[in-house]
Amino acid sequence: MLAALTLDALGARFRAGEATPSDAARDHLARIEAHDPRVRAFVAVTRDLALAQAAEADARFKAGKPLGPLDGVPIALKDLFCTRGIRTAVGSKILETFVPPYDCTAYQRLRAAGAVLLGKLNMDEFAMGSSTENSAYFTTRNPWDLDRVPGGSSGGSSAAVAADLAVATLGTDTGGSIRQPAAFCGIVGLKPTYGRVSRYGMVAFASSLDQAGPFTKTVADTARVLQVIAGADPMDSTAAAVPVPDYMAGLGGGVKGLRIGIPREYFIDGMDPEVERAVRAAVEVLRGLGARTEEVSLPHTEYGLAAYYLIGPAEASSNLARYDGVKYGLRASGGRDLVEMSSKTRAAGFGREVQRRIMLGTYALSAGYHDAYYGQAQRVRTLVARDFQRAFQDVDAIVAPTTPGVAFKVGEKADPLQMYLNDVFTVPVSLAGLPGISVPAGFTREGLPIGVQVVGRAYDEATVLRVAHAYEQATDWHTRKPALEAAPR
Amino acid sequence: MSAADYETVIGLEVHAHLLTRTKMFCGCATTFGAAPNTQTCPVCQGMPGSLPVINRRTVEFGIRAALAIGCRVNLQNRFARKHYYYPDMPKNYQISQYEEPLAEHGSVEIELGGERRTIGVERLHLEEDVGKLLHEGELATARSSQVDYNRAGVPLMEIVSRPDLRSPEEAVAYLRTLRAIVVFLGVCDGNMEEGSLRCDANVSLRKRAVAILGTKVEIKNLNSFRHVQHALEYEVRRQGQALDAGERIVQETRLWDPERLRTVSMRSKEFAHDYRYFPEPDLPPLDLPAASVDEIRAGLPELPAARRRRFVEAHGLTPYEADLLCQGRGLADYFEAAVRAHPKPKAVANWILNELLRELPGDDDKAIAACPIPPAGLAGLLALVDDGTISGKMAKDVFEKMYRTGEDARSIVTREGLAQVADAGELGAVVDQVLAAHPQVIEDWRGGKKAALGFLVGQVMKSTQGKANPALVNRLLGEKLPKV
Repeated sequence: MLAALTLDALGARFRAGEATPSDAARDHLARIEAHDPRVRAFVAVTRDLALAQAAEADARFKAGKPLGPLDGVPIALKDLFCTRGIRTAVGSKILETFVPPYDCTAYQRLRAAGAVLLGKLNMDEFAMGSSTENSAYFTTRNPWDLDRVPGGSSGGSSAAVAADLAVATLGTDTGGSIRQPAAFCGIVGLKPTYGRVSRYGMVAFASSLDQAGPFTKTVADTARVLQVIAGADPMDSTAAAVPVPDYMAGLGGGVKGLRIGIPREYFIDGMDPEVERAVRAAVEVLRGLGARTEEVSLPHTEYGLAAYYLIGPAEASSNLARYDGVKYGLRASGGRDLVEMSSKTRAAGFGREVQRRIMLGTYALSAGYHDAYYGQAQRVRTLVARDFQRAFQDVDAIVAPTTPGVAFKVGEKADPLQMYLNDVFTVPVSLAGLPGISVPAGFTREGLPIGVQVVGRAYDEATVLRVAHAYEQATDWHTRKPALEAAPR
Repeated sequence: MSAADYETVIGLEVHAHLLTRTKMFCGCATTFGAAPNTQTCPVCQGMPGSLPVINRRTVEFGIRAALAIGCRVNLQNRFARKHYYYPDMPKNYQISQYEEPLAEHGSVEIELGGERRTIGVERLHLEEDVGKLLHEGELATARSSQVDYNRAGVPLMEIVSRPDLRSPEEAVAYLRTLRAIVVFLGVCDGNMEEGSLRCDANVSLRKRAVAILGTKVEIKNLNSFRHVQHALEYEVRRQGQALDAGERIVQETRLWDPERLRTVSMRSKEFAHDYRYFPEPDLPPLDLPAASVDEIRAGLPELPAARRRRFVEAHGLTPYEADLLCQGRGLADYFEAAVRAHPKPKAVANWILNELLRELPGDDDKAIAACPIPPAGLAGLLALVDDGTISGKMAKDVFEKMYRTGEDARSIVTREGLAQVADAGELGAVVDQVLAAHPQVIEDWRGGKKAALGFLVGQVMKSTQGKANPALVNRLLGEKLPKV
């Protein structure tokens, strides 16, 4: 079955003429039909478009002129990547009818590389959440245990890859929204350096933190996708003009002699002991491969979460101000004047968590509180970033747990603060704008996936991928797949 | 207390549209008057996912203006988001500059009644304009309202003066001077009717010799010199009367109603916006190389104040004439070109200010560029007056024909036979005829009625259809009369 293959393996079949992109698209569409009614990763399946795009790829292979490693590969996008003519609802009622008139840069680049779009993926509303339970549409399920969440906010993106419903997907990570769901679903998820991938056409949550990245079955596949989507963009001034290296070329370099730091502050009371054990074991594997591991300190780690939950909401309160019922999406009826029209629209269109963060953020930016909250949070952010800079003077990469626990049950974390704690190990990396990847590092006794995080210097995704790849190749966690039973027809 | 016991304190915030072809943060056109929403894209419509990218030209224009008014350019400056809800603003925040503006600490020299004063400029910053609401019917009873985002994202520079202005007249003089500067620099067309230049005014009164400023009132949206003058006069009177009556001035925003000639309260301080500024995360800070600023400085044209001074000192014009000629670069250039061809600046200035500007639709560069009489044409006409070919009076008729047809003066004069009769022999014969026909008038003249001479001059002009050279006619009559 083609859907079980990695990106590289599928590409090899295409090139060998053993399968066509249309075969792969049909195979995935059939699998989506069979399993997505339970997993519920997709908010929209673009069947006709996928078949048409696949047919074009078929022709290219037939003519002996494929576009590259991604040509004909079935992918899917988190539903906040704007796609021309395809509804982009961002997990929210307020954008239920929003059909963008333009494509985001990341999708344009994937299309230019020949990728085939299967559909759009579920997410927490406006990427605010860690479980997809905040989606205004439905909750996506973890393919390893359908009673559990896939993580979030990019839960649809992680579940789709874990369930072999797509070869690769894109998600976004603001405080952990790629790495945490990748860990929960037992796959690879990379948050590149802030500025590595264009944000143009990505519906904003927190502009200074949002970053797009791939979910794949292997580290090599992630390198392939990153290669295509990375790089400067004239439409995004924050996408840096830092040269993009050949990620595949450096992938197999190994970790011999590499200095790897283990942050003391990332092993805390209350974390799942099975997670801690798995991560420490992963460090041993790397040491066995020749890496020099040492303990490092990131002393401001404990303040990261608090700073993040001020900066994120502050920027969100600004970014989400445009949803007022005037221009696109929902307009609530019954408003007698402008103010009523907007407040009714926003009350009806935004879910509880989004409203909570808009209020938090508005408060943090208000006159009289601005410096004590937003200002203070920015100062903490600087300190957190400095922690990493100092550590990276001594080490080439940092290895840490991705999350303090594993996938929890749907409905288990009703308290928002409990939910926020999920991000404790991913948020500092986001605040510092650094690249971080989560790779499978084992399973709990209950059979739930555990992720280990590798963090690198700014724009040094190459080293992050190299360490992750070396670990992955020395273990077989990534080869395991969840046992999914097809939904009854 | 009477009004004379108060000192008026005014500060102006001037908004000027920058004359770039495209908008501040996207590639849409900035042309005025296009059909609604035809000059928009995802960026200036504030679509989800869209991002701004700075139009470098707007920064260059802002720096040009900043240097012209002696501001210090902040090589490190950045954009910030200013939040408030209004449907004409697509994102419900405006990308502006707050704590780190493009430039600060400049000044503008104004001249009023022969007196010069320096008005401080606090800052100059860049920001995007908002769209426009179109109401079906009157605002209060409109059945629906539509938004036109063509103007959203058009680049603006805001120039904030210090509270240095002491009267409505000074405020108008400051605005005129500033307008002339930005127009001269080519960074703004200065068109107040189309909203390319508009201002808000902060006004307060304080007792004379008291250092503390009074409570200020902001008057919004003043889009003509007349509105600025009237609104400020009204507001000064209103505040003076209120203070006299023992009332306190409320800090508020007021709107000028040009129909009813009064300011009306918009919102008081308690309802003032909390703009919740924070640095725009979608745009990296602007980091300007010092060399680029030097380059812009080197390319600055002669500014209106310097040019005005030169017109007075080198050309002998009055400050008033010089001021009028320096309202735009095109007009000043026109004057200088005409003077080069006809080096009598006073006469050239008179003709431009009295005749040319009466015919032209305006004094802006566009009007000057479209003028059917080139500077050399005007010089040619004045040369014909100087050498006596035509009289000054006739020159005005020739001028009108030139303006209508675009022909040069000499061709019109030749074709229509308008040249003055300045030949003593030819004119002498006409004088003789006139004298022969009016013996009674000659008698009157001899009897001491000097006005009779004027009648005879008139008769000579009449028989030559006005073409006789008046000086020559007078001389000939003076010679011949006593001999009759």
